Amino acid sequence: MIIGFSQLSSCHNNNLNIQTAQYAVNGQKLYRTHCQNCHGAKGEGLGKLYPPLTDNKYLTDNRNKLACIIKNGLSGEIVVNGEIYNQAMPAIATLTDLDIAYILTYVTTHFGDSDSTFTQEEVKKNLSNCTK
Amino acid sequence: MIRNFLAVAAATIVFLSCESQAPKLPIIGDREVIEKVVDGKSVVDTIYPAIPDFKFLNQDSVLISNKDFDNKIYVANFFFTHCPSICPTMQRNLLKAYQKYKGNEAIAFLSHSIDFKYDHPHVLKSYATKLGVENDQWQFVTGSKADIYGISDKYLIFTKEDENVAGGYDHSGYLVLIDHNKHIRGVYDGTNDEETEKLLKEIDILLAEYK
Repeated sequence: MIIGFSQLSSCHNNNLNIQTAQYAVNGQKLYRTHCQNCHGAKGEGLGKLYPPLTDNKYLTDNRNKLACIIKNGLSGEIVVNGEIYNQAMPAIATLTDLDIAYILTYVTTHFGDSDSTFTQEEVKKNLSNCTK
Repeated sequence: MIRNFLAVAAATIVFLSCESQAPKLPIIGDREVIEKVVDGKSVVDTIYPAIPDFKFLNQDSVLISNKDFDNKIYVANFFFTHCPSICPTMQRNLLKAYQKYKGNEAIAFLSHSIDFKYDHPHVLKSYATKLGVENDQWQFVTGSKADIYGISDKYLIFTKEDENVAGGYDHSGYLVLIDHNKHIRGVYDGTNDEETEKLLKEIDILLAEYK
């Protein structure tokens, strides 16, 4: 019975997972190019200069701001994993909505515990509400 | 005939290698062979390029010089604090070496800022602290453009002020290993994990020379 359920649910998730996995693979390539220098190959950050991307609470609480941070950069104090960081993050205005969706799918599923795709629609919606 | 010659050559190599079992790092750079007269006799001497004397201001606003690195080996590189490209990876890798040898007075680290406009000592201090540097074994220095860019050539490192690259300065991310005679004994790509592993191994080889 349990096996039946898990097969059903994995079946149901499989479609979603293929898309999420594909987004994450594309996102990893972009992450290496644009993010890894500072945030590290495992999202570990660097000392107290650059924050880790592994704070699941930060990723969850700020999910609707993440696209804006990548696109427009970030400055001022933030708290990640209980540590204060205050180093300006440069904007990457050239990234498309789809690029950002790929990157955020990779970051939220590999460094955070999300198991769903960060869609292009979600990125578009979030970007229209950036505070700047 | 050739076989005999090879046998002799091989024997000679074996014989020579008996004298120094430990691996030794090469001296890097173009050597200059000069003839000079000593006691009325002409002798040939080989001059290896060495890092010239220097004075730079460090993260504590203290003037440091080449003398602070006497009787030590050190690893030098060039960076700037708001460098968006290769520096974070390079400094992350140099940090591995710093953490491995922290407290070992036989080795030091020297990062030169190539952003002479912005990277004042207090900026370097804040950067060093946030990076996780807790003692004076790793020095972060600033100096005049002529001095910093001039000495980068001696370390065989390319540096250039260039408004067309991200951050405004173009440079290469090499980590350079220097011995007690200020000779370059190794050059490693600080943005590459395997090269960084090689640096850690070769630091041990160089340290062993002075034991």
